[in-house]
Amino acid sequence: MSKALERIYNGVIKENPTFVLMLGMCPTLAVTTSAINGVGMGLTTTAVLIMSNMLISMLRKVIPDKVRMPAFIVVVASFVTIVQLLLQAYIPVLNDSLGIYIPLIVVNCIILGRAESYASKYPVFPSIFDGVGMGLGFTVGLTLIGLFRELLGAGTAFGFSVMPDSYEPFSIFVLAPGAFFVLSMLTALQNKLKLKSATNTPQAEKLACGGNCSSCSGSACHSNHELLESVKEETAKKEAAAKKAAAEKALAAKKETQAKEAANQTEKE
Amino acid sequence: MKELLLVLIAAALVNNVVLSRFLGLCPFLGVSKKISTAAGMGGAVIFVITVASALCSVIYDLVLVPLDLKYMNTIVFIILIAALVQLIEMFLKKFSPGLYNALGVYLPLITTNCAVLGVAIDNVQKGNGFVTSVVYGVGTAVGFLIAIVIMAGVRERIENNNITKSFQGSPIVLITAGLMSIAFMGFAGLL
Repeated sequence: MSKALERIYNGVIKENPTFVLMLGMCPTLAVTTSAINGVGMGLTTTAVLIMSNMLISMLRKVIPDKVRMPAFIVVVASFVTIVQLLLQAYIPVLNDSLGIYIPLIVVNCIILGRAESYASKYPVFPSIFDGVGMGLGFTVGLTLIGLFRELLGAGTAFGFSVMPDSYEPFSIFVLAPGAFFVLSMLTALQNKLKLKSATNTPQAEKLACGGNCSSCSGSACHSNHELLESVKEETAKKEAAAKKAAAEKALAAKKETQAKEAANQTEKE
Repeated sequence: MKELLLVLIAAALVNNVVLSRFLGLCPFLGVSKKISTAAGMGGAVIFVITVASALCSVIYDLVLVPLDLKYMNTIVFIILIAALVQLIEMFLKKFSPGLYNALGVYLPLITTNCAVLGVAIDNVQKGNGFVTSVVYGVGTAVGFLIAIVIMAGVRERIENNNITKSFQGSPIVLITAGLMSIAFMGFAGLL
Protein backbone atom coordinates (compact mmCIF):
# COMPACT_ATOMS: atom_id res chain seq x y z
CA MET A 1 0.00 0.00 0.00
CA SER A 2 2.84 2.38 0.79
CA LYS A 3 4.06 1.85 -2.76
CA ALA A 4 0.73 3.10 -4.10
CA LEU A 5 0.80 6.15 -1.84
CA GLU A 6 4.39 6.82 -2.88
CA ARG A 7 3.35 6.82 -6.58
CA ILE A 8 0.47 9.20 -5.88
CA TYR A 9 2.71 11.55 -3.85
CA ASN A 10 5.26 11.40 -6.67
CA GLY A 11 2.66 12.33 -9.30
CA VAL A 12 0.87 15.08 -7.41
CA ILE A 13 3.78 16.78 -5.62
CA LYS A 14 7.26 15.59 -6.47
CA GLU A 15 6.99 15.23 -10.24
CA ASN A 16 3.84 17.20 -10.89
CA PRO A 17 3.43 17.08 -14.69
CA THR A 18 2.26 20.69 -15.00
CA PHE A 19 4.42 22.54 -12.49
CA VAL A 20 7.59 20.42 -12.32
CA LEU A 21 7.91 18.41 -15.53
CA MET A 22 6.17 21.02 -17.73
CA LEU A 23 4.56 18.40 -19.93
CA GLY A 24 1.36 18.53 -21.93
CA MET A 25 1.51 22.27 -22.44
CA CYS A 26 -0.96 22.37 -25.36
CA PRO A 27 -4.02 21.30 -23.34
CA THR A 28 -2.72 23.19 -20.30
CA LEU A 29 -2.86 26.47 -22.17
CA ALA A 30 -5.84 25.75 -24.37
CA VAL A 31 -8.56 24.49 -22.05
CA THR A 32 -7.84 26.38 -18.83
CA THR A 33 -10.21 29.23 -19.58
CA SER A 34 -12.23 28.14 -16.52
CA ALA A 35 -11.69 25.94 -13.50
CA ILE A 36 -14.45 23.54 -14.57
CA ASN A 37 -12.77 22.98 -17.94
CA GLY A 38 -9.49 22.34 -16.13
CA VAL A 39 -11.11 19.70 -13.93
CA GLY A 40 -12.82 18.07 -16.92
CA MET A 41 -9.69 17.91 -19.05
CA GLY A 42 -7.63 16.70 -16.08
CA LEU A 43 -10.00 13.88 -15.20
CA THR A 44 -10.40 12.83 -18.85
CA THR A 45 -6.62 12.61 -19.18
CA THR A 46 -6.44 10.74 -15.85
CA ALA A 47 -8.90 8.12 -17.08
CA VAL A 48 -6.91 7.56 -20.27
CA LEU A 49 -3.63 7.53 -18.36
CA ILE A 50 -4.74 4.92 -15.81
CA MET A 51 -6.11 2.57 -18.47
CA SER A 52 -3.19 2.96 -20.86
CA ASN A 53 -0.66 2.48 -18.05
CA MET A 54 -2.49 -0.67 -16.96
CA LEU A 55 -2.68 -2.23 -20.41
CA ILE A 56 0.86 -1.29 -21.42
CA SER A 57 2.19 -2.71 -18.16
CA MET A 58 0.29 -5.95 -18.79
CA LEU A 59 1.68 -6.15 -22.32
CA ARG A 60 5.20 -5.03 -21.46
CA LYS A 61 6.69 -8.49 -21.99
CA VAL A 62 4.69 -9.14 -25.18
CA ILE A 63 5.46 -5.94 -27.10
CA PRO A 64 8.76 -6.21 -29.00
CA ASP A 65 11.17 -3.44 -28.14
CA LYS A 66 11.53 -2.16 -31.70
CA VAL A 67 7.85 -1.44 -32.30
CA ARG A 68 6.99 -0.30 -28.79
CA MET A 69 6.29 3.33 -29.71
CA PRO A 70 3.70 2.55 -32.41
CA ALA A 71 2.19 -0.08 -30.11
CA PHE A 72 1.87 2.45 -27.26
CA ILE A 73 0.31 5.00 -29.61
CA VAL A 74 -2.31 2.50 -30.77
CA VAL A 75 -3.16 1.56 -27.17
CA VAL A 76 -3.48 5.20 -26.14
CA ALA A 77 -5.52 6.11 -29.23
CA SER A 78 -7.95 3.26 -28.53
CA PHE A 79 -8.56 4.41 -24.96
CA VAL A 80 -8.92 8.03 -26.08
CA THR A 81 -11.60 6.93 -28.55
CA ILE A 82 -13.43 4.99 -25.83
CA VAL A 83 -13.32 7.95 -23.44
CA GLN A 84 -14.45 10.31 -26.18
CA LEU A 85 -17.46 8.14 -27.00
CA LEU A 86 -18.36 7.90 -23.29
CA LEU A 87 -18.14 11.68 -22.93
CA GLN A 88 -20.31 12.22 -26.01
CA ALA A 89 -22.92 9.89 -24.54
CA TYR A 90 -22.97 10.93 -20.89
CA ILE A 91 -21.39 14.41 -20.49
CA PRO A 92 -22.05 16.14 -23.85
CA VAL A 93 -21.53 19.60 -22.28
CA LEU A 94 -17.94 18.78 -21.37
CA ASN A 95 -17.39 17.18 -24.77
CA ASP A 96 -18.52 20.39 -26.48
CA SER A 97 -16.40 22.70 -24.33
CA LEU A 98 -13.21 20.63 -24.71
CA GLY A 99 -13.85 19.93 -28.40
CA ILE A 100 -10.81 19.00 -30.45
CA TYR A 101 -8.56 18.72 -27.40
CA ILE A 102 -10.09 15.37 -26.40
CA PRO A 103 -8.85 13.43 -29.46
CA LEU A 104 -5.57 15.32 -29.09
CA ILE A 105 -4.97 13.58 -25.74
CA VAL A 106 -3.35 10.93 -27.96
CA VAL A 107 -0.35 13.17 -28.59
CA ASN A 108 -0.17 14.45 -25.00
CA CYS A 109 3.44 13.88 -23.95
CA ILE A 110 2.45 12.92 -20.40
CA ILE A 111 0.72 9.73 -21.48
CA LEU A 112 3.41 8.46 -23.86
CA GLY A 113 6.05 9.66 -21.42
CA ARG A 114 4.63 7.59 -18.56
CA ALA A 115 4.15 4.58 -20.82
CA GLU A 116 7.77 4.77 -21.90
CA SER A 117 9.38 5.64 -18.59
CA TYR A 118 7.21 3.77 -16.09
CA ALA A 119 4.50 1.39 -17.32
CA SER A 120 6.75 -0.46 -19.74
CA LYS A 121 9.15 -1.33 -16.90
CA TYR A 122 7.08 -1.96 -13.78
CA PRO A 123 4.28 -4.40 -12.80
CA VAL A 124 0.60 -3.65 -13.24
CA PHE A 125 -0.30 -2.50 -9.72
CA PRO A 126 2.29 0.29 -9.30
CA SER A 127 1.70 1.34 -12.92
CA ILE A 128 -2.00 1.89 -12.23
CA PHE A 129 -1.16 4.04 -9.22
CA ASP A 130 1.46 5.89 -11.23
CA GLY A 131 -1.35 6.74 -13.66
CA VAL A 132 -3.60 7.85 -10.78
CA GLY A 133 -0.85 10.03 -9.31
CA MET A 134 0.24 11.66 -12.56
CA GLY A 135 -3.37 12.16 -13.64
CA LEU A 136 -4.31 13.79 -10.34
CA GLY A 137 -1.20 15.96 -10.52
CA PHE A 138 -2.22 17.10 -14.00
CA THR A 139 -5.80 17.71 -12.81
CA VAL A 140 -4.58 19.80 -9.87
CA GLY A 141 -2.31 21.82 -12.18
CA LEU A 142 -5.03 22.50 -14.75
CA THR A 143 -7.62 23.32 -12.09
CA LEU A 144 -5.35 25.83 -10.34
CA ILE A 145 -4.38 27.55 -13.60
CA GLY A 146 -8.02 27.52 -14.72
CA LEU A 147 -9.19 28.94 -11.37
CA PHE A 148 -6.59 31.71 -11.53
CA ARG A 149 -7.53 32.69 -15.09
CA GLU A 150 -11.26 32.51 -14.38
CA LEU A 151 -10.92 34.60 -11.23
CA LEU A 152 -8.93 37.35 -12.96
CA GLY A 153 -10.61 37.16 -16.34
CA ALA A 154 -14.26 36.76 -15.39
CA GLY A 155 -14.41 37.30 -11.63
CA THR A 156 -15.93 33.89 -11.02
CA ALA A 157 -14.76 30.58 -9.52
CA PHE A 158 -16.25 27.33 -10.81
CA GLY A 159 -18.97 29.46 -12.41
CA PHE A 160 -20.00 31.22 -9.16
CA SER A 161 -19.48 34.93 -8.86
CA VAL A 162 -17.01 35.52 -6.04
CA MET A 163 -15.52 38.93 -6.69
CA PRO A 164 -17.26 42.11 -5.40
CA ASP A 165 -19.55 43.85 -7.88
CA SER A 166 -17.13 46.72 -8.32
CA TYR A 167 -14.49 44.31 -9.70
CA GLU A 168 -13.78 44.93 -13.36
CA PRO A 169 -12.53 41.62 -14.88
CA PHE A 170 -9.40 41.62 -17.08
CA SER A 171 -11.00 39.72 -19.91
CA ILE A 172 -7.57 39.25 -21.56
CA PHE A 173 -6.93 36.44 -19.08
CA VAL A 174 -9.65 34.20 -20.44
CA LEU A 175 -8.53 34.90 -24.02
CA ALA A 176 -5.59 33.22 -25.73
CA PRO A 177 -2.83 35.71 -24.73
CA GLY A 178 -3.77 35.35 -21.05
CA ALA A 179 -2.76 31.70 -21.13
CA PHE A 180 0.77 32.64 -22.19
CA PHE A 181 1.00 35.39 -19.57
CA VAL A 182 -0.15 33.13 -16.74
CA LEU A 183 2.29 30.38 -17.67
CA SER A 184 5.08 32.94 -18.03
CA MET A 185 4.39 34.30 -14.54
CA LEU A 186 4.37 30.77 -13.20
CA THR A 187 7.75 29.89 -14.69
CA ALA A 188 9.20 33.24 -13.62
CA LEU A 189 8.03 32.54 -10.08
CA GLN A 190 9.69 29.15 -10.19
CA ASN A 191 12.90 30.75 -11.41
CA LYS A 192 12.72 33.36 -8.67
CA LEU A 193 12.16 30.85 -5.89
CA LYS A 194 14.64 28.43 -7.48
CA LEU A 195 12.07 25.65 -7.37
CA LYS A 196 12.82 22.38 -9.08
CA SER A 197 11.27 22.50 -12.53
CA ALA A 198 12.00 21.51 -16.11
CA THR A 199 12.52 25.14 -17.11
CA ASN A 200 15.15 26.09 -14.56
CA THR A 201 17.47 23.10 -14.37
CA PRO A 202 21.00 24.33 -13.68
CA GLN A 203 23.29 24.81 -16.67
CA ALA A 204 25.62 22.00 -15.58
CA GLU A 205 22.92 19.46 -16.24
CA LYS A 206 22.22 20.49 -19.80
CA LEU A 207 20.31 17.50 -21.11
CA ALA A 208 16.62 17.88 -20.34
CA CYS A 209 16.46 14.29 -19.14
CA GLY A 210 19.69 14.60 -17.17
CA GLY A 211 21.30 12.01 -19.41
CA ASN A 212 19.27 9.35 -17.66
CA CYS A 213 16.94 7.49 -19.98
CA SER A 214 14.67 6.31 -17.19
CA SER A 215 13.84 9.89 -16.32
CA CYS A 216 13.21 10.89 -19.95
CA SER A 217 9.70 12.19 -20.27
CA GLY A 218 9.26 12.01 -24.02
CA SER A 219 9.29 15.69 -24.83
CA ALA A 220 12.89 16.33 -23.89
CA CYS A 221 14.13 15.40 -27.34
CA HIS A 222 13.80 18.79 -29.07
CA SER A 223 16.15 20.60 -26.77
CA ASN A 224 18.42 17.60 -26.40
CA HIS A 225 18.76 17.28 -30.13
CA GLU A 226 19.99 20.85 -30.54
CA LEU A 227 22.40 20.43 -27.67
CA LEU A 228 23.79 17.15 -28.94
CA GLU A 229 24.30 18.64 -32.38
CA SER A 230 26.30 21.52 -30.94
CA VAL A 231 28.34 19.13 -28.80
CA LYS A 232 29.02 16.98 -31.86
CA GLU A 233 30.16 20.02 -33.82
CA GLU A 234 32.46 21.05 -31.02
CA THR A 235 34.06 17.63 -30.66
CA ALA A 236 34.45 17.43 -34.43
CA LYS A 237 36.21 20.79 -34.40
CA LYS A 238 38.44 19.69 -31.54
CA GLU A 239 39.29 16.45 -33.29
CA ALA A 240 40.12 18.30 -36.48
CA ALA A 241 42.33 20.69 -34.55
CA ALA A 242 44.07 17.82 -32.78
CA LYS A 243 44.62 16.02 -36.09
CA LYS A 244 46.06 19.15 -37.62
CA ALA A 245 48.40 19.65 -34.67
CA ALA A 246 49.49 16.00 -34.83
CA ALA A 247 50.13 16.26 -38.55
CA GLU A 248 52.21 19.41 -38.03
CA LYS A 249 54.14 17.72 -35.27
CA ALA A 250 54.83 14.69 -37.46
CA LEU A 251 55.91 16.96 -40.28
CA ALA A 252 58.25 18.88 -37.99
CA ALA A 253 59.70 15.63 -36.62
CA LYS A 254 60.22 14.35 -40.14
CA LYS A 255 61.97 17.55 -41.15
CA GLU A 256 64.18 17.32 -38.06
CA THR A 257 65.21 13.76 -38.79
CA GLN A 258 65.84 14.67 -42.40
CA ALA A 259 67.97 17.60 -41.32
CA LYS A 260 69.87 15.34 -38.89
CA GLU A 261 70.47 12.75 -41.59
CA ALA A 262 71.66 15.40 -43.95
CA ALA A 263 73.99 16.73 -41.25
CA ASN A 264 75.31 13.21 -40.60
CA GLN A 265 75.92 12.72 -44.27
CA THR A 266 77.80 15.96 -44.60
CA GLU A 267 79.85 15.05 -41.51
CA LYS A 268 80.74 11.67 -43.03
CA GLU A 269 81.73 13.26 -46.25
CA MET B 1 -12.65 30.37 -55.02
CA LYS B 2 -13.47 33.21 -52.68
CA GLU B 3 -14.50 30.74 -49.99
CA LEU B 4 -11.20 28.86 -50.28
CA LEU B 5 -9.29 32.13 -49.92
CA LEU B 6 -11.29 32.91 -46.80
CA VAL B 7 -10.50 29.45 -45.38
CA LEU B 8 -6.80 30.04 -46.08
CA ILE B 9 -6.68 33.46 -44.42
CA ALA B 10 -8.78 32.32 -41.47
CA ALA B 11 -6.51 29.33 -40.85
CA ALA B 12 -3.23 31.22 -41.32
CA LEU B 13 -3.90 34.48 -39.51
CA VAL B 14 -7.20 34.78 -37.69
CA ASN B 15 -7.23 31.40 -35.97
CA ASN B 16 -3.47 31.02 -35.90
CA VAL B 17 -2.66 27.46 -34.99
CA VAL B 18 -0.07 28.30 -32.34
CA LEU B 19 -1.11 31.66 -31.01
CA SER B 20 -4.83 31.22 -30.69
CA ARG B 21 -5.37 27.45 -30.69
CA PHE B 22 -2.22 26.33 -28.84
CA LEU B 23 -1.42 23.43 -31.19
CA GLY B 24 2.21 22.66 -31.92
CA LEU B 25 3.48 24.57 -28.93
CA CYS B 26 6.41 22.24 -28.22
CA PRO B 27 8.28 22.93 -31.48
CA PHE B 28 7.17 26.57 -31.33
CA LEU B 29 8.96 27.00 -28.00
CA GLY B 30 11.68 24.40 -28.56
CA VAL B 31 12.98 25.05 -32.08
CA SER B 32 12.68 28.83 -32.26
CA LYS B 33 16.15 29.90 -31.14
CA LYS B 34 17.47 30.70 -34.62
CA ILE B 35 15.62 31.98 -37.68
CA SER B 36 17.24 29.40 -39.95
CA THR B 37 16.20 26.39 -37.87
CA ALA B 38 12.76 27.90 -37.32
CA ALA B 39 12.29 28.32 -41.06
CA GLY B 40 13.44 24.74 -41.61
CA MET B 41 10.94 23.45 -39.09
CA GLY B 42 8.21 25.59 -40.64
CA GLY B 43 9.02 24.22 -44.10
CA ALA B 44 8.89 20.65 -42.87
CA VAL B 45 5.57 21.30 -41.15
CA ILE B 46 4.03 22.81 -44.31
CA PHE B 47 5.13 19.74 -46.25
CA VAL B 48 3.83 17.17 -43.75
CA ILE B 49 0.54 18.91 -42.91
CA THR B 50 -0.35 19.38 -46.58
CA VAL B 51 0.26 15.72 -47.44
CA ALA B 52 -1.30 14.47 -44.19
CA SER B 53 -4.48 16.50 -44.51
CA ALA B 54 -4.95 15.33 -48.11
CA LEU B 55 -4.32 11.69 -47.20
CA CYS B 56 -6.50 11.70 -44.08
CA SER B 57 -9.35 13.34 -45.98
CA VAL B 58 -9.16 10.69 -48.74
CA ILE B 59 -8.98 7.79 -46.31
CA TYR B 60 -11.85 9.14 -44.26
CA ASP B 61 -14.14 9.67 -47.25
CA LEU B 62 -13.26 6.51 -49.15
CA VAL B 63 -12.60 3.98 -46.39
CA LEU B 64 -13.99 4.97 -42.99
CA VAL B 65 -17.33 6.42 -44.13
CA PRO B 66 -18.35 3.52 -46.45
CA LEU B 67 -17.34 0.96 -43.80
CA ASP B 68 -19.21 2.90 -41.10
CA LEU B 69 -16.06 3.18 -39.01
CA LYS B 70 -16.12 6.95 -38.48
CA TYR B 71 -15.50 6.57 -34.75
CA MET B 72 -12.09 5.02 -35.51
CA ASN B 73 -10.81 8.31 -36.96
CA THR B 74 -8.39 9.19 -34.14
CA ILE B 75 -6.64 5.81 -34.23
CA VAL B 76 -6.49 5.65 -38.03
CA PHE B 77 -5.22 9.22 -38.37
CA ILE B 78 -2.41 8.91 -35.84
CA ILE B 79 -1.17 5.71 -37.47
CA LEU B 80 -1.42 7.31 -40.91
CA ILE B 81 0.55 10.35 -39.78
CA ALA B 82 3.28 8.33 -38.08
CA ALA B 83 3.64 6.09 -41.14
CA LEU B 84 3.53 9.07 -43.48
CA VAL B 85 6.33 10.88 -41.70
CA GLN B 86 8.50 7.76 -41.91
CA LEU B 87 7.69 7.34 -45.60
CA ILE B 88 8.39 10.98 -46.42
CA GLU B 89 11.72 10.70 -44.65
CA MET B 90 12.75 7.59 -46.61
CA PHE B 91 11.46 9.04 -49.88
CA LEU B 92 13.33 12.32 -49.47
CA LYS B 93 16.51 10.53 -48.46
CA LYS B 94 16.44 8.53 -51.67
CA PHE B 95 15.13 10.98 -54.23
CA SER B 96 15.83 14.46 -52.97
CA PRO B 97 18.92 14.55 -50.76
CA GLY B 98 19.01 18.36 -50.89
CA LEU B 99 15.56 18.69 -49.39
CA TYR B 100 16.33 15.84 -46.99
CA ASN B 101 19.37 17.65 -45.68
CA ALA B 102 17.33 20.81 -45.22
CA LEU B 103 14.34 19.20 -43.47
CA GLY B 104 15.74 15.88 -42.32
CA VAL B 105 16.31 16.49 -38.63
CA TYR B 106 12.90 18.10 -38.18
CA LEU B 107 10.85 15.33 -39.77
CA PRO B 108 10.86 12.80 -36.90
CA LEU B 109 9.91 15.55 -34.47
CA ILE B 110 6.76 16.27 -36.43
CA THR B 111 4.97 13.02 -35.55
CA THR B 112 4.46 14.40 -32.08
CA ASN B 113 3.36 17.80 -33.35
CA CYS B 114 -0.28 17.97 -32.35
CA ALA B 115 -1.03 20.47 -35.13
CA VAL B 116 -0.88 17.68 -37.74
CA LEU B 117 -3.42 15.48 -35.97
CA GLY B 118 -5.39 18.58 -35.01
CA VAL B 119 -5.84 19.64 -38.64
CA ALA B 120 -6.91 16.15 -39.72
CA ILE B 121 -9.52 15.88 -36.94
CA ASP B 122 -10.69 19.46 -37.50
CA ASN B 123 -11.33 18.71 -41.17
CA VAL B 124 -13.47 15.73 -40.23
CA GLN B 125 -15.40 17.55 -37.53
CA LYS B 126 -16.11 20.48 -39.82
CA GLY B 127 -17.09 18.13 -42.66
CA ASN B 128 -14.60 19.70 -45.09
CA GLY B 129 -14.32 18.21 -48.58
CA PHE B 130 -11.00 17.19 -50.14
CA VAL B 131 -10.05 20.57 -51.62
CA THR B 132 -11.13 22.52 -48.55
CA SER B 133 -9.20 20.10 -46.34
CA VAL B 134 -5.98 20.63 -48.27
CA VAL B 135 -6.41 24.40 -48.33
CA TYR B 136 -7.16 24.42 -44.60
CA GLY B 137 -4.04 22.31 -44.01
CA VAL B 138 -1.84 24.65 -46.05
CA GLY B 139 -3.29 27.69 -44.29
CA THR B 140 -2.68 26.22 -40.86
CA ALA B 141 0.89 25.27 -41.73
CA VAL B 142 1.62 28.71 -43.17
CA GLY B 143 0.29 30.18 -39.94
CA PHE B 144 2.72 27.99 -38.02
CA LEU B 145 5.62 29.09 -40.24
CA ILE B 146 4.76 32.77 -39.78
CA ALA B 147 4.48 32.42 -36.01
CA ILE B 148 7.67 30.41 -35.50
CA VAL B 149 9.80 32.62 -37.77
CA ILE B 150 8.62 35.83 -36.10
CA MET B 151 9.24 34.20 -32.73
CA ALA B 152 12.78 33.20 -33.74
CA GLY B 153 13.48 36.72 -34.97
CA VAL B 154 12.33 38.21 -31.68
CA ARG B 155 14.33 35.65 -29.70
CA GLU B 156 17.52 36.44 -31.62
CA ARG B 157 17.02 40.08 -30.61
CA ILE B 158 16.21 39.28 -26.98
CA GLU B 159 19.29 37.06 -26.64
CA ASN B 160 21.74 39.83 -25.78
CA ASN B 161 19.37 42.05 -23.85
CA ASN B 162 19.51 42.62 -20.17
CA ILE B 163 16.49 40.77 -18.81
CA THR B 164 15.50 40.53 -15.16
CA LYS B 165 17.03 37.37 -13.79
CA SER B 166 13.77 35.60 -12.97
CA PHE B 167 12.44 36.20 -16.47
CA GLN B 168 15.42 34.81 -18.35
CA GLY B 169 14.74 31.70 -20.39
CA SER B 170 11.22 30.48 -20.88
CA PRO B 171 9.27 33.21 -19.03
CA ILE B 172 10.34 35.96 -21.44
CA VAL B 173 9.66 33.65 -24.40
CA LEU B 174 6.14 33.02 -23.11
CA ILE B 175 5.56 36.76 -22.62
CA THR B 176 6.69 37.31 -26.21
CA ALA B 177 4.26 34.64 -27.34
CA GLY B 178 1.48 36.35 -25.38
CA LEU B 179 2.21 39.72 -27.01
CA MET B 180 2.31 38.09 -30.44
CA SER B 181 -1.00 36.46 -29.63
CA ILE B 182 -2.50 39.87 -28.83
CA ALA B 183 -1.16 41.20 -32.13
CA PHE B 184 -2.70 38.30 -34.01
CA MET B 185 -6.06 38.98 -32.36
CA GLY B 186 -6.09 42.10 -34.49
CA PHE B 187 -6.50 39.94 -37.58
CA ALA B 188 -10.00 39.04 -36.39
CA GLY B 189 -11.21 42.15 -38.19
CA LEU B 190 -10.05 40.74 -41.54
CA LEU B 191 -13.03 38.44 -41.97
